[in-house]
Amino acid sequence: MKRLLRDRRGLFGAVVLAAALLLAVAAPFVTRGDPNAQRDIVATRFVAPLSTDGTGVFHVLGTDRFGRDVWTRLVYGARVSLGVGLLAVLISVTLGVTVGALAGYGRGPVPLTLLGLTDFALAVPRVVLLLLLAALWRPSTALVIVVLGLTGWMSVARLVHGEVRALAARPFVEGAVALGARRLRVLVRHILPNAVTPVIVAAALGVGNAITLEASLSFLGLGVQPPTPSWGNMIASGRDVLVNAPWVATAPGAALVVVVVACTLLGDAVRDAMEPSAPLS
Amino acid sequence: MLTRLAARALAGFGVVAGVVTLTFFALRFAPGDPVEHLLGSAATAEQLAAQRHVLGLDRPVPVQYTAWVSRFVRGDWGISIAKGRPVRTVLADAWPATVRLVGLSLLLSYLLGIAVGAIQAHRQASLTDTALSVITVTLFAVPGFWLGLMLVMVFTYWAHALPAFGAAGLDADYLTTWGRIVDGLRHMALPLATLTLIGIGGSARFIRGAMMDLSSQPFVTTAHAKGLSPWRVTWRHTLRNALTPVVTLLGLSLPTLFSGAILVEAVFAWPGVGRVLVEAVQARDYPVVMAATAVSAGLVVVGNLLADVLAAWLDPRIGTRTT
Repeated sequence: MKRLLRDRRGLFGAVVLAAALLLAVAAPFVTRGDPNAQRDIVATRFVAPLSTDGTGVFHVLGTDRFGRDVWTRLVYGARVSLGVGLLAVLISVTLGVTVGALAGYGRGPVPLTLLGLTDFALAVPRVVLLLLLAALWRPSTALVIVVLGLTGWMSVARLVHGEVRALAARPFVEGAVALGARRLRVLVRHILPNAVTPVIVAAALGVGNAITLEASLSFLGLGVQPPTPSWGNMIASGRDVLVNAPWVATAPGAALVVVVVACTLLGDAVRDAMEPSAPLS
Repeated sequence: MLTRLAARALAGFGVVAGVVTLTFFALRFAPGDPVEHLLGSAATAEQLAAQRHVLGLDRPVPVQYTAWVSRFVRGDWGISIAKGRPVRTVLADAWPATVRLVGLSLLLSYLLGIAVGAIQAHRQASLTDTALSVITVTLFAVPGFWLGLMLVMVFTYWAHALPAFGAAGLDADYLTTWGRIVDGLRHMALPLATLTLIGIGGSARFIRGAMMDLSSQPFVTTAHAKGLSPWRVTWRHTLRNALTPVVTLLGLSLPTLFSGAILVEAVFAWPGVGRVLVEAVQARDYPVVMAATAVSAGLVVVGNLLADVLAAWLDPRIGTRTT
């Protein structure tokens, strides 16, 4: 942990993510409240950042075509985008750890079946699958979470499978087995806790990836539906007004990049911190 | 080696068959109807039923499935419901544009990414390394469609320098050969830059990591001890060995040559396979979606196989391993 915070990348990642989460949670206190609030559209639309609209209200990041405050939508959009990312990764990590652990420590036909399933799922073109799944049902936030969760578990499963296989041959595991511990107990109490680090790294990278994919789906109109703000559909709504109101698409995109960079750096830092042999860079 | 390859190919065939089957049934049981999309909301129930009968969509799903498979393997990919043209023509018309764009961007992003990563590894922990790291990690994080929009904003709307949409101008047919080439290149500039910049982020980070892992290996120490210049060690010894996994990565990106850059194609209205696919899924154009899925899944499998073969060829130690 100390190593992690001494690493500038880890510190940056942790601070940015904490700040983003804090803002998302405290959204009502740091914004004008309702992200969908519209007042006099003619007097309040397309107000440039750092200026005051026709009714005397100041907008830090300006307003969009309906006169909605971009900063407010950005912060409420963080709730949606971060929430989707975290929940999707929760699903994929749970699935991945379960499949990987059973494939690595199971007996009989279980490992082969699960490994086959993983390889199969990896071979399905993910973008095609995302498009299909998202287009099959009415687009919604819950659907995006489930779809991203169900298409993201394979790499975690492979990772955990490898770790579990390697750990199962270590003396402390053999010791636990010799003491008469049941296989499930050995797996859950002795093996899995030692396989946590690579899972954390994969999860950190996965959150960034899921946020990007959510934005992509929402950009195509297959994800979170307006008027609920998500960074993806905010970028999509700013696309048509790129000429006269570039801030509408720029702000959510920049926020997304910063958060995904933070996830990547934090993941890198955790990995390096857990490998004491690797030089700090 | 050969038996192993044959077994892998067989397993790959199974994967493709599985993916195709899954897609077929998912499509049929999903809400949405290609006939309603085709005839519009004014069509009567009888008209819908008649059209369904013409397209064979009123038969039981397993019957439709066997019919589709037997025709597909014989090379008859059917006729697009939404467009009324043969699926093969629809895909064949779109494919060259995607290959041109994605192929060129893969080439550029790997060449530039390898160069950037190697420079970083060579000047490890220097200011150059840190600065390049900041740039590559940012590029790695940027969503392609947003970077595309930002480039359009700067180069089309502000600088009025480059076109933002399509693969050719409206007047392309009236230009001279040279004019047409220049016009094509100008249209490709922004989508190509978008894909390449994002690709560099990934490949440079990968190369840097691979080279740093190698830098503590005995053969690198030996090369230094022989008195070779640091540049020579980096380029001739470390980089060479770091390139093997890059071949694997390249194999894995083969499918993107086909289904490729769906989002970037959408942003730039690039007339490629990605756009065809998005339109087909939205219109429930079953024959097009099925053919595109089958080709994509096939390319994933072939790409994996190719990567294995190339890696074994580059590094003879890999081929003899049992795992």
